[in-house]
Amino acid sequence: MVQMVSTPHDADTLSQTFDLLVIGGGNAALCAAITAQEAGAKVLLLESAPIEFRGGNSRHTRNLRYMHERGNDHLTGPYLEDEFWDDLKRVTGGQTNEELARFTIRQSNNVGEWMARHGVRFQPAMRGTLHLARTNGFFLGGGKALINAYYATAAKLGVQILYDAEVTDLEIQDGRFQSASFLSRGITQKVRTKAVVVASGGFQANLDWLKEYWGPPAENFIIRGTPYDKGRMLRVLLDRGAKPVGDPRQCHAVAIDARAPKFDGGIVTRLDCVPFGIVVNKHARRFYDEGEDFWPKRYAIWGRLVAQQPDQIAYAVIDSKSIDLFMPSVFPPIEAASINEMAAKLELDPAALKETVAAFNQAVRPGRFDSNDLDDCTTAGLEPTKSHWARPLDRPPYYGYPLRPGITFTYLGVTVNDHAQVIMQDDQPAENIFAAGEIMAGNILGKGYMAGFGMTIGTVFGRVAGKEAALHVIS
Amino acid sequence: MSSPEILKEADHVMVICNSCRYCEGYCAVFPAMERRRTFTAHDLRYLANLCHNCRDCYYACQYAPPHEFDVNVPKTLGELRLETYQDFTWPGVFKGLFRQNGLAVALITTLSVLLVLLLTFLFKGPATVFAIQSGENAFYRIIPYWAIVIPLTALGLFVLTTLLKGIANFWRETGGTPGELFGMKANVQAIRDVLQLKYLDGGGHGCNYPDGRFSFLRKWFHHFVFYGFILCFISTTIAAIYDHFLHWSAPYPFWSWPVVLGTVGGASLLVGTVGLLYLKLKMDPAPAPLRAFGMDIAFLSLLFLTSLTGLLLLLFRETPAMGTLLAVHLGIVLGLFITMPYGKFIHAAYRYAALVRNANEKLAEDRLADDPTQNKA
Repeated sequence: MVQMVSTPHDADTLSQTFDLLVIGGGNAALCAAITAQEAGAKVLLLESAPIEFRGGNSRHTRNLRYMHERGNDHLTGPYLEDEFWDDLKRVTGGQTNEELARFTIRQSNNVGEWMARHGVRFQPAMRGTLHLARTNGFFLGGGKALINAYYATAAKLGVQILYDAEVTDLEIQDGRFQSASFLSRGITQKVRTKAVVVASGGFQANLDWLKEYWGPPAENFIIRGTPYDKGRMLRVLLDRGAKPVGDPRQCHAVAIDARAPKFDGGIVTRLDCVPFGIVVNKHARRFYDEGEDFWPKRYAIWGRLVAQQPDQIAYAVIDSKSIDLFMPSVFPPIEAASINEMAAKLELDPAALKETVAAFNQAVRPGRFDSNDLDDCTTAGLEPTKSHWARPLDRPPYYGYPLRPGITFTYLGVTVNDHAQVIMQDDQPAENIFAAGEIMAGNILGKGYMAGFGMTIGTVFGRVAGKEAALHVIS
Repeated sequence: MSSPEILKEADHVMVICNSCRYCEGYCAVFPAMERRRTFTAHDLRYLANLCHNCRDCYYACQYAPPHEFDVNVPKTLGELRLETYQDFTWPGVFKGLFRQNGLAVALITTLSVLLVLLLTFLFKGPATVFAIQSGENAFYRIIPYWAIVIPLTALGLFVLTTLLKGIANFWRETGGTPGELFGMKANVQAIRDVLQLKYLDGGGHGCNYPDGRFSFLRKWFHHFVFYGFILCFISTTIAAIYDHFLHWSAPYPFWSWPVVLGTVGGASLLVGTVGLLYLKLKMDPAPAPLRAFGMDIAFLSLLFLTSLTGLLLLLFRETPAMGTLLAVHLGIVLGLFITMPYGKFIHAAYRYAALVRNANEKLAEDRLADDPTQNKA
């Protein structure tokens, strides 16, 4: 039931009544909308982004980790609950809810089949995907192709979809959702449904909110994904009595190319060169062990490391020995024939950079370099030390990359139960408020990250929320 | 030479794609791109011709416009591809024909038809042209044997030469060695890729053509065109053998090899060209290299008219319309032959060469992977 007059286009859509409102337009929202509509509910989905940028951060994803008992055309072998759980326990350092986590893992069992039935296409294991080929299904064409497939499926099922429709407020009385206000084409409207699924992501694109925890340095953060994840629904739910989960101060931050766009740069701005050179701050001083471990195990700490440097900037410098050892990235390296020239180009103090490089080169011990192994190329008597892949920077041209913290997602969310119902401050579940995706991922992933697991949580809880919400509105 | 702007744009796009690689499952372009870290003009021209324009990567692209990175692979590579057609053209003086190709092809074909009609009426007179001709040599009574065979054979040889020269130019301009061009394994693989249209299926799910939905229509229609064309070619060859070596001249009875193959081939061409034209008119223009639109339409129309007039000729060969139809059909065939090297048809040569090159690169990669002395990652 719509209470305000709207533009003809929207009036058309909203002259109908809906059973269920899904807020958000990414993977979790679509899984919820599809599941609920299939179960017989009439679903309205409100996506705050315009159609070209629909899909939230799912647009930038590439794969999904799911439990499976045997390999198939896109997975090379089994991945069972206990191994999955061990992996999760390791990356979160135990900051997870074992019951919900195991529930998620079990619900993900063979979810690839459901996805394929709803239009998602997987690609066979290829060169770029081999290291995850057993555990993760890779979407042919990536996350946007997955999103396109889900939108097509949802539309075919009869889900009503509005783009450019940002939900601004929720009316919640005694823990019951009543209605939602949303802004579309400059007009605020109200929609009343029997239940709501909130799947509108985290707040990592809201710099003001990030500043509450990080202060002015947050201005220098780059947001890797969608600019539409402002956390508006998260804040509304928390203000209306939802119980928070996850450390509000924490976010998944990696070091990315400082030349990246402020938002939405996605995968291509990552830099994998750090282990092969040195990283200095704006005073041309090293500040952390670049070769501590393999890059996939370390890239997620470098966002915070750079964020802690003055002006939140750092510079990776390698020489020509290393230029082909890592994945190419979108911005060309800054090239210089000498360390002096490099300092000038990076606007660093030449004397300081030369001193840092000289000290580093002198500290490098002879060893057998192997980029695929934790080799014995280390430094001696240098602070901070470089544990592996330490080779003198002595073969020009030198290459430099500026680094900034790139924020992937935030951990703060709303607490849910295994019906995807939002838990309120009194520890009671809200009967008709469901949450899925990044907004509740902190229940399970309280710290760290595991490739393709955000999509697991979104898919599993999207489906659970859709099913439970449909049960609620139909009964 | 390809304009620096389009090469720059292609480089921009490939650098972004190479840091993303999400599309590597769709076709051969992305794995070929991944074998490189930087892209020379050679590389970009090769990749442009390896692209089959299935457009799946455009709809899947997180950086497609209006994203500020503005990545549009099918459009960019399509526009570069069109420029390579000019660059590789032999003889070079004709490369201007690619600039307004639709117009050029239409004009040349119209003039060819008018020329044949004019000569026919001039030399034979309306009385003969409009008379019912039947039995052996019926066609040659309208247009003499030598007047068909000599110009078309000469043109055929010329077309063959331009194709071979084009391939040689492509090979040189994309930095290949002659040995690779003649590699047996690579050619067998490339022929397989062509016969199956392997890379017009988006990794097994179809093209996003004419819009964002996956469909095999384009592949099927292209198969209709390709195999229709092959059947017509075989039909003509058999007819030539009958004529030259068995001294049995056209027209042939309906249940003869040349007529059956020509009819099936012609019908297949009609279905395929109409289908492709329909899809082209319906397509979402965003990922399309629109500069190639006239060229594509012209070639499809020309193939359509060739088979249509051929089939009409078969249908009405025992009526007074035969003389005029024969002249029109041969005029259109003349136009087709003349414009073959200077229109969309030429894509066959460069696409094939690009596939040979791709097969070579894949073979080299496999050899490297199988070599136990190589330190595997």
